[in-house]
Amino acid sequence: MDELLKILKGNALESAENIGKMLGLSTDEVRTRIAEYEKNGVIRGYQAIVNEDVLKMDRVTAVIEVRVSPEREGGFNRIADRISKFDEVQSVYLMSGDFDLLLFVVGRDLKEVAFFVSEKLATIEGVHGTATHFMLKTYKHHGVFMETPDAYERLKVTP
Amino acid sequence: MHMNDSKLRPNLLAQQLQAVPRSGIRDFFEIVSTMQDVISLGIGEPDFDAPWHIREASVFALERGATSYTSNLGLLSLRQDIARYLQDTMGLSYAPDTEILISVGVSEALDLAIRAICNPGDEIMYHEPCYVSYGPLIQFAHGVPVPVPTSMENEFRLTREALEARVTPRTKALLLNYPNNPTGAALGPEEAKDLADFVLAHDLILITDEIYAELTYDQSHVSVAAFPGMHERTIFLHGFSKAWAMTGFRLGYACAPPELTDAMMKIHQYTMLCAPILSQEAAREALRRVDEDVEVMKSEYRKRRNFLLNSFAEIGLPCFMPRGAFYAFPCIEKTGLTAKEFAFGLLEQEKVACVPGTAFGPSGEGFVRCAYATSLDAIKEAIQRMARFIGG
Ligand SMILES: Cc1ncc(COP(=O)(O)O)c(C=O)c1O
Repeated sequence: MDELLKILKGNALESAENIGKMLGLSTDEVRTRIAEYEKNGVIRGYQAIVNEDVLKMDRVTAVIEVRVSPEREGGFNRIADRISKFDEVQSVYLMSGDFDLLLFVVGRDLKEVAFFVSEKLATIEGVHGTATHFMLKTYKHHGVFMETPDAYERLKVTP
Repeated sequence: MHMNDSKLRPNLLAQQLQAVPRSGIRDFFEIVSTMQDVISLGIGEPDFDAPWHIREASVFALERGATSYTSNLGLLSLRQDIARYLQDTMGLSYAPDTEILISVGVSEALDLAIRAICNPGDEIMYHEPCYVSYGPLIQFAHGVPVPVPTSMENEFRLTREALEARVTPRTKALLLNYPNNPTGAALGPEEAKDLADFVLAHDLILITDEIYAELTYDQSHVSVAAFPGMHERTIFLHGFSKAWAMTGFRLGYACAPPELTDAMMKIHQYTMLCAPILSQEAAREALRRVDEDVEVMKSEYRKRRNFLLNSFAEIGLPCFMPRGAFYAFPCIEKTGLTAKEFAFGLLEQEKVACVPGTAFGPSGEGFVRCAYATSLDAIKEAIQRMARFIGG
């Protein structure tokens, strides 16, 4: 992967000036390249990684395994697109193994998610099975720990 | 009895030990350690923790009951892994059963190498600035340290002329460290060949401390040990502290032809017995996934190096572009301060710690060592404070 993308994936707020110093590019060159990535769709957006567990929000997240029958033309894409359109669906992945699609779905409470599964999801033509698991706690998300472990103290000067 | 009371008994301490000056940076360490909120560019170790799979291998070994001695030379399986690694990455051939000794860090391996070859009065040459232990270890072994100064103008190169000017009939060995702590100098193929030629021409032993071998940024590492005729006269030293971020595991190794390995072994078996088994198990795991682990850290260091060097240029501190290791060695002469004054002033006024260049020998005067194995955020903040210190 391009070093520029690696830097932004680690810290999307890094300034173009600092990125330029790290990569030996001018600030303008960095801006132009970021703009290109945005334009050609490699960069899809910028988000903060929030530890929602500490916010005490009235919200649950469910991980749902979905079994679907692929269609003659288009395979899983049409159904996956259709499912992706629901606002409560955060992520959709096509998987190998016992099921086909893996969804991350949010709702206010268990009942709301259950309603979504039985009324919206299971009734889509081609969906013929779901298994819902509720998430209890997040330890690590997108490579980031949700709690900072106490760093082991190091010496401040060594030869 | 307290050490300072030695006045009372003049013969209390060994002479060769009294000849070694008190470490120039000890006072500095002591002040830093009492201060809060210091940003440190003074650390000679990675800010990364050792990769988790390496730590996990050590935990697993402990659970299995790995709490015993190993053979004096170290675990044979580890020596075999090292032999394969050196062959693949540097083209060096060492026999695992007779030519590799696992030590407690390169620190111990340096001591073994020097004691194995040094007779009283033998001269050992090395470049300066250099790692802090070289001169003292030679003195402990009753040898004569012969530092050869290098300069920023000359890209901290050890030139043939400078070496020829200091070689004498008593010269026993040349001790090298590339990539270099503290300057960041690294060898290209031609420089390495020149050094090998010099060693051969004067029939010297080469001790080569290549602890930063994996950390080169613009060219791949060349070992002087790999040139024709060098194997039989070289003690090659390497370890896991730097590229794998394993300083606390205390694990290194020395490779040399059987006669030299036997000699080092004589000392090691009575002074150390063997390196810690848990660290040896961790090292076996470290050699299993070198590319992933080391590349991740190295690409991070490269960005930090570029950032730091560009920032030095902006705040007007001339600095040699380091080619390896993780240190930058900016020249602070234009501030009118000595290296020590600069380091102490920066610490007191701005709470940034870096190491005065004189810690690495008199030719380090006018320089300070800034480690970029420190988080980018810390480097950014340190640069702002340095700019303020220089400006006001
Ligand atoms: C050039 C050099 N050699 C040897 C060492 C000691 O390393 P170890 O941790 O393997 O004893 C260091 C550590 O800073 C070093 O910079």
